[in-house]
Amino acid sequence: MLTYRIHGQMVPVPEQAPPPQEGPEYEARLAEFEARIARGEKIEPTDWMPEEYRRQLIRMISQHAHSEVVGMLPEGRWIPHAPTLRRKLILIAKVQDEGGHGQLLYRAAETLGVTREEMIEALLAGKAKYSVVFNYPTPTWADVAAIGLLIDGAAVVNQLMLAQGSYGPYARAMKRICYEESFHIKQGYDAFVALATGTPAQRQMIQEAVNRWWYPALMLFGPSDRDSVHTPTLLRWRIKTKTNDELRQEFVDQYAPMVLRLGLTLPDPNLRYDPETGHWRFSEPDWEEFWQVIKGNGPCNAERMAARRRAHEEGRWVREALAAKAARQANGGGDGRYAMASL
Amino acid sequence: MGNLSRMPEPLREAVGNLLLAMADEEVLIGHRDSEWVGHAPILEADIAIASIAQDEIGHAILWYSLLQELGWPDPDRMAYFRDPPEFRNATLVELPRGDWAFTVVRQFLFDFAEKVRLEALMGSAWTPLAEAAAKVRREETYHLMHSRAWIARLGDATEESHQRMQAALDLAWPHALGLFEPAPGEALRVAEGIQPPEAELRARWEAEVRPILEAASLVIPQAEPIYGGRAGRHTEHLASLLADFQLVARSGLGETW
Repeated sequence: MLTYRIHGQMVPVPEQAPPPQEGPEYEARLAEFEARIARGEKIEPTDWMPEEYRRQLIRMISQHAHSEVVGMLPEGRWIPHAPTLRRKLILIAKVQDEGGHGQLLYRAAETLGVTREEMIEALLAGKAKYSVVFNYPTPTWADVAAIGLLIDGAAVVNQLMLAQGSYGPYARAMKRICYEESFHIKQGYDAFVALATGTPAQRQMIQEAVNRWWYPALMLFGPSDRDSVHTPTLLRWRIKTKTNDELRQEFVDQYAPMVLRLGLTLPDPNLRYDPETGHWRFSEPDWEEFWQVIKGNGPCNAERMAARRRAHEEGRWVREALAAKAARQANGGGDGRYAMASL
Repeated sequence: MGNLSRMPEPLREAVGNLLLAMADEEVLIGHRDSEWVGHAPILEADIAIASIAQDEIGHAILWYSLLQELGWPDPDRMAYFRDPPEFRNATLVELPRGDWAFTVVRQFLFDFAEKVRLEALMGSAWTPLAEAAAKVRREETYHLMHSRAWIARLGDATEESHQRMQAALDLAWPHALGLFEPAPGEALRVAEGIQPPEAELRARWEAEVRPILEAASLVIPQAEPIYGGRAGRHTEHLASLLADFQLVARSGLGETW
C-alpha cells in the first residue's frame, strides 16, 4: 500500500479521487491556490495544495520515475553487444542517465511525502504503472537506435511541456532531464543515421526497428484525449500544459519528416503532410493494444517486471548489510576507519 | 625516451606486450561491470558501477591507442576482431559477473593492482606511457575510494554479507595474483626502465590490500597464482564473454556502426 505523510502521519494514498473538500475556508484556499497557478507561480512542497493535486502529482511523478528505471532494461540489454567501443560508452552513459533521472524523480515525488521504498514496492507489487513503451522488445541493435531517436524524441516533447508545469520540484527536475535528453537524441540520431546510410542489411534492420517503434512512440503520450480521464484536472492545475493529442501531433510534425528524409518509411498508409493546416496527418495507434499493454498483457510486461524483481531480490542482502552497518556505526560500534559519506 | 620510430624492434614488442595486457584487462572488466547496469542492488550503486565501467573502457581505448602508435591495429579492431587466445588479460577480469560481493571484491583487487602499476609507470622511461599513466592514475582515485568503501561496508556487516564476501575473495584471489604474471619481454622492459619487475608490483599491492581486507574481517586465502592469461590461455568464460561482446560487430551486416 502506497502511503504518504500528511501532518506527520502516514496516510494511504487513495486509489480514487478523495471526496471533495468543502467549506468556505477550503474554497478560499483553493481560490488562492488557483490564482497563484494562473499567475504562473510555482507551487512548492510546503505550500498548501488540494489533496487531489498532491495525489495526481504522486501518481504522475512516480510513474515517470518507474518508467526511467524500467526503461533501462530494453536498451541496457544491448550494452554487452554494442558494436564499437564508442557506442558502448555512449550506451552505458545513456542508460546510466535514465537511472539518474529515476533518482531525481523519486526525490521530486518524495517532496510530496511518499518514500522511494514505498514507490518501488508498489511497482514490484504490480500496483504502479510505467510507460507502456518499455513493454516492447528490442530484438536487434537497430532497436537501440530507433528508441534513441523516436522514444527519446517523444519523451522530450512530453518533458519540455512538463518543465512548464506548476509544481516546482517536478518542473525543475524536468528542466534538468530535458537538458540531458538532448544529448541522448543527438546520439540516437547519430546511431540511426549510421544504419540508415549503411549497408542494405543495416538499412533493413533500421527500417524494421522503425516499424516496431513508431506506434509505441505515439503511445508514449498516453490515451487519446477522448479517453484521458485525468487530463481536465491536470490542465486546470497546470500539472500539464498541453493535452496528449496536442503533444502527439507535435511529435509527428517534428519526427515523421526526419525519418522520411533518411529514405525510410513509416508504417502508416495515412501519413501525409497537410499543407492547409501545416501539420502531418497520421493514424492513431491501436488503442485496444494500448489498453492491453497497460493491463499487463504486452509482449514484455512479465519479463520487465521479472527483471526488476530479480534485481531487487538479489540485492536484498546488500541493502540489509548497508542498513546493519549504518545502524552499528550510529551506535558507536565499528571503527569507521573506511567510513565515507553514505552512497 | 619518446620517439616511437626509433624504438628498437625487440623493445617495441616488449612494450606492446605490456600495453596489450593492460588494455585487454580494462576493456574486459569494464564490460563485466557494465553487465550490472539496470540490475544493481540500489539505484546509487547502479549509477556508480556504470561510471566505473565507462572509465575502464575509456582507459582501454587509451592503452589501445598507444598500441596503435606502436603499429598495432586500431582500438575497435583490437577489441572486436580477436579471438580468446589473442587476448592477454589475467583471467580475473573474464570471470562471470557473479553476485555483488564478487563484483566489488574483484573491482577492489583490480583497482589496487592498477594503482600500484600506474604509480610505477609514471616513472617509466618511455614518456608517452609515463604521461598516460599519470592521467589514468588521477581518474582512478574515485574507484579506489569506491571499492575500498564497499569492502568495509560488506566484509563484516551481516553473516550473509560476510560469507558472500569471503567466498568472493576465495574465488578471486588466485586469479588476482595472475594480474602480476609477467608479460613476455619483462627482462627487457625492466632493463630499459619501462617498468619495475612484476614481483615488486605484487609486493606493493599486497601491502595495500591485505590490511584493508583484514580490517573487514576477511581472510586472505593461501593460494597459488593462476597464470596463463598473459600467454593467451584463458578460462572458458572468455569465449562466451567475447561472443556477447563481438556479436554485432562480427555479424557481417555492416562495416561501420
